Amino acid sequence: MANAEIDPMMPRPWVVRRISKETPDTFTLALEPSDGGPSGRGGFQPGQFSMLWVFGVGELPISISGDPAEEGSLTYTVRSVGPATQALVSHGAGQSVGVRGPFGTGWPVAGAEGKDVVVVAGGIGLAPLRPVIYHVLRHRDRFGRLVILYGARSPRDMIYRKELAAWARHKDTQVLSTVDYGGVAWRGRVGVVTSLFKYLRLQPARTTAMLCGPEIMMRLVARELAARGLAAGDVYLSMERNMKCAVGSCGHCQWGPHFICKDGPVFSYAHIAAMLDRYEL
Amino acid sequence: MAERLQARLAPEEIDKLIRGLARRGYQVLGPTVRDGAIVYDEVAGAQDLPRGWTDEQEAGRYRLKPGTDGALFGCSVGPESWKKYLHPAQVKLFEADRQDGLFRILGGPAPPARPYAFLGVRACELAAIAVQDRVLLQDKYRDPVYGSRRDPAFLVAVQCTQAAATCFCASMGTGPQVRGAADLTLTEIVNAEGHWFLAEADGDRGQEVLAELDRRPATDEELRLARTAVESAAAQQVRRMDTAGIRDLLYQNFEHPRWDEVAARCLTCANCTMVCPTCFCTTVEDDSGVTGDRAERWRRWDSCFTMAFSYIHGGSVRTSSKARYRQWLTHKLASWIDQFGSSGCVGCGRCIAWCPAGIDLTEEVHAIRGAVNHGNTDA
Repeated sequence: MANAEIDPMMPRPWVVRRISKETPDTFTLALEPSDGGPSGRGGFQPGQFSMLWVFGVGELPISISGDPAEEGSLTYTVRSVGPATQALVSHGAGQSVGVRGPFGTGWPVAGAEGKDVVVVAGGIGLAPLRPVIYHVLRHRDRFGRLVILYGARSPRDMIYRKELAAWARHKDTQVLSTVDYGGVAWRGRVGVVTSLFKYLRLQPARTTAMLCGPEIMMRLVARELAARGLAAGDVYLSMERNMKCAVGSCGHCQWGPHFICKDGPVFSYAHIAAMLDRYEL
Repeated sequence: MAERLQARLAPEEIDKLIRGLARRGYQVLGPTVRDGAIVYDEVAGAQDLPRGWTDEQEAGRYRLKPGTDGALFGCSVGPESWKKYLHPAQVKLFEADRQDGLFRILGGPAPPARPYAFLGVRACELAAIAVQDRVLLQDKYRDPVYGSRRDPAFLVAVQCTQAAATCFCASMGTGPQVRGAADLTLTEIVNAEGHWFLAEADGDRGQEVLAELDRRPATDEELRLARTAVESAAAQQVRRMDTAGIRDLLYQNFEHPRWDEVAARCLTCANCTMVCPTCFCTTVEDDSGVTGDRAERWRRWDSCFTMAFSYIHGGSVRTSSKARYRQWLTHKLASWIDQFGSSGCVGCGRCIAWCPAGIDLTEEVHAIRGAVNHGNTDA
């Protein structure tokens, strides 16, 4: 049981150190603890999220997208889609943001050691998977091949484009991307992310797959991986639902018997495959 | 723990009990009559209790009416439950101010000025408090708002000796016999020989309070009378919930024509979740002053019956009334077992009485079970 003095609903003020533009509506914020504040030094597992509070506007569950080895800093990639995200990405360096967390389950990075890692991301779904990519590249000898499959709506909606190109230059690392519509200047692939599987040499018995993106995308990718011989227990998905508290007491993120905030957001496909097919669950 | 104390009290002692608890620093809260309903509020003495009132409840119906016996606790549960105090409908989580883009938190939620003493907690309500204890105190995180109210609370239970037509605690295993841990348990008896209370206390805290009252040891006959009165409340219950295999029943009937049928009646008004003594869902709201340098964050009760409840970017997950009713019922009776080890329903019947459409969850479960449905009673 948690200490009674610790209020899990109380944000701690951190300050924006740097904010950078990924796409026309998506920004990456690097936060650091406020001076002298009891803010701690960060520390998180890849796949976990924080609740970010914007003064007087609202609070949002945002996955941590930075390097888990980096101390004293927390990085988030945010797409501006509503009043609170709009306010969040409008922060300037030196302004404060409230942070609660980190919360939730992480990707099975320890369990994936010795195996190939296949990362499949759609749109901003690459953000919660970036810490896994950093971790694998930092401990390259502990893992087999790293395969990154990335789908975005259009080239201008792709995040981390420079990094994707840089990751592809690492040994035993394959990066494939595709877009729904490319425009005249696009020389890459066009199609949904599942269309990339034909370029892969999967070794199903020694592969862990990690998926994050729109639910429909994850459902189809998980099916595709199952059809290619991956066991459901080797496929992991990061789920999303409305969240207000992140500590399992506001009720919003319930999905069947699960609270996505504390039982997830990362789930094994073996545990949720049947639930993914239930409309309005 | 001391040996159980069982004493007979004259009805005048209830007034002294209230004053004794207040003298010990408690804010004494109990049933009062307001706007034609039983409402929990501060009671200064026995004169504030609903003496001589009883109630009549049915699906979609609740009426107070004069009783015949002058009992102090002759009413069953009303629209409110003790979660009103333990898990308040609105609570300020914190205030903050901001200068030059930097904010600081000025303070968290304040505990109540005085600890609460609840007078008249029914068996189903004790069970409901235990359910909320499990959710809000004994899970991965502890809710400090609930904890600061719950931990010091003094509970005076009152046994039910009559059941409303909406009650089904006997079938849920939560009553009418008080099973939870109350500091003091009262049974009110009005019969040909007079009006008296059996008071029982197991722990030191309850026994200390009881020791200040004029009392005499209860006789075996009085204990028997009290027990029989509670048993009659069980026998009176016309509704029941068949809980056998209910978790799998609801999981396996995610698609069932009854969900469409109930959705045609359900107004998604959220009344059932507001009156439910275990429903715990909340949302948060930010208030900012006009100057923009001060903000407050409030937590408020929320309901899975609203569209906003399941909203994520792109739309709500549960848009149909069918999906929202199904979520509520399946959570209450099935997934709650997976989440917290017990049913979320204690059989108090509030959601039946306070549903404007008179939807009865015992009837809905009965229909999903595929049993022939002859209305409200399936006993």
